[in-house]
Amino acid sequence: MSLLDVGGPVMIGPSSSHTLGALRIGRFGNYFLGKTPDKAEFFLHQSFGQTYMGHGTDRALLGGVMGFGDADRAVKNAFALALSRGLDFSFQQEDLGEVHPNTVKMLLYDGAMPQEIWASSVGAGMIRIIKINGVDCDLSGAYPTLILVNKDTPRALGMILEKIDANVANLYLRRINKLLAKALTIVELDSDLTLRSLLEIKSLSVIQEAYYVKSLSAPIQGKGGEGR
Amino acid sequence: MTFNGIKQMASETKLPLHEAALVAELSETGNNPEETRAQLGEFLRVILEESEKQYGKVQETLTGLTGTNAKKVYDRGVLYHSPFTHVAIVASLSICESNASMGRVVACPTAGASGVIPGVFYALAKENEIPFDHLLPGYILASAIGNVIATKATLAGAAGGCQAEIGSAAAMAAGALAYLSGGDAEMVDSAAALVLKSLLGLVCDPVGGFVEVPCVKRNAIAVTAAISAAELALSGVSSVIPFDETVDAMRRIGRTLPMELRETGLGGLATTPTAKKAVDRILTRFQKS
Repeated sequence: MSLLDVGGPVMIGPSSSHTLGALRIGRFGNYFLGKTPDKAEFFLHQSFGQTYMGHGTDRALLGGVMGFGDADRAVKNAFALALSRGLDFSFQQEDLGEVHPNTVKMLLYDGAMPQEIWASSVGAGMIRIIKINGVDCDLSGAYPTLILVNKDTPRALGMILEKIDANVANLYLRRINKLLAKALTIVELDSDLTLRSLLEIKSLSVIQEAYYVKSLSAPIQGKGGEGR
Repeated sequence: MTFNGIKQMASETKLPLHEAALVAELSETGNNPEETRAQLGEFLRVILEESEKQYGKVQETLTGLTGTNAKKVYDRGVLYHSPFTHVAIVASLSICESNASMGRVVACPTAGASGVIPGVFYALAKENEIPFDHLLPGYILASAIGNVIATKATLAGAAGGCQAEIGSAAAMAAGALAYLSGGDAEMVDSAAALVLKSLLGLVCDPVGGFVEVPCVKRNAIAVTAAISAAELALSGVSSVIPFDETVDAMRRIGRTLPMELRETGLGGLATTPTAKKAVDRILTRFQKS
């Protein structure tokens, strides 16, 4: 902990775990897509599922998916704002298995195929992204993050790292499917990648899918909600 | 970070207590004192802005269990308390009812206990007309007191019960008030210890698990306890048990609290007949909307 963790943050109430954490999870989804989806389906586990209305967890997730910041007053009006922006949404309770009580599965649509993100709000507004499109991971969202599906072949990692022009904070590797020779590479960075670096990575022959998610603590761009 | 450590650094370096806390922060985390001061100043600014904006207003909260209390106390005016404490109570209720209605708050130290610090700081600004620059050292010190608790114990109700949330908030507020009133390091230590001792063992048993009952009114009662503790300490009453040891006791008590009394909604007030009826009513209302 630091003095700043104790003296802050500025947030939309009522709960850091059920509201702020939910807002950040939604915002991770927005950054992952790079935009507000057309449709968002939320499946809420245990404590999230049982208490979401009384904590505004639903509005927070939805506001996050629209890219709202931690202290954006517009979160309170997220339902109306989503409708006016053409974002279709639904919430339901679901048993997601052996995961943290405050976990949500999000299906975010930009076109026909959804992106599926699982995330937990683990206290004090901190979150963990635990699954992306069926692949387990463990991300805090606090760093600019590069998420790659790449060919599981020799020197693939070297080719990727060669193109990264920011300092690497954390690096995760996982084989997705040996038969298909697919692997997941997640790189958490200390600072943003340059556009050039990102484009070079995306054009590598070993890369099958590439997502770049900016840090959740990055300044909010655009107007977000209307209530700031 | 311990409070003794901060006191010792202050006496060795001849720095004011809050400056010593910033130096201790620098040596432990590498955080630049000027950046920390500026950021804490931003938090304090939001606290004062929101207190002014929400003061005595009716709020439409998520569950409807609270929302009109700040206005009631504001409308009735001072009864037994001083004008200072009256303002502190109204500000505290106002912030907590705004929090329960998805308003903007500063989670200092947590969202559920976010009304105690605004109570004291808004009363100092409004009633005693203390300028912002003179309040900021108190906010830095309050954050340092909270950080001592976070380091030695916890600030989370789910881990340590309400003593860790409201108890910590009251200790931070009492210490800051003693400091801003000219109290020395021992008086600050006593003010924080005296109020925390009075709230030790407080359990986290909110109705339905929502941050409204008893949280909102508990903030208002705690702010009066914090002011009382500062008044005792400034009068020369010292706490027999020093603050650091009180925090150690809080940690041990928190560890022995059963899960039912740590923010699960499964024990205490949450399991009273009235609470169960209220939760049924709220859930029915949610299903209709």
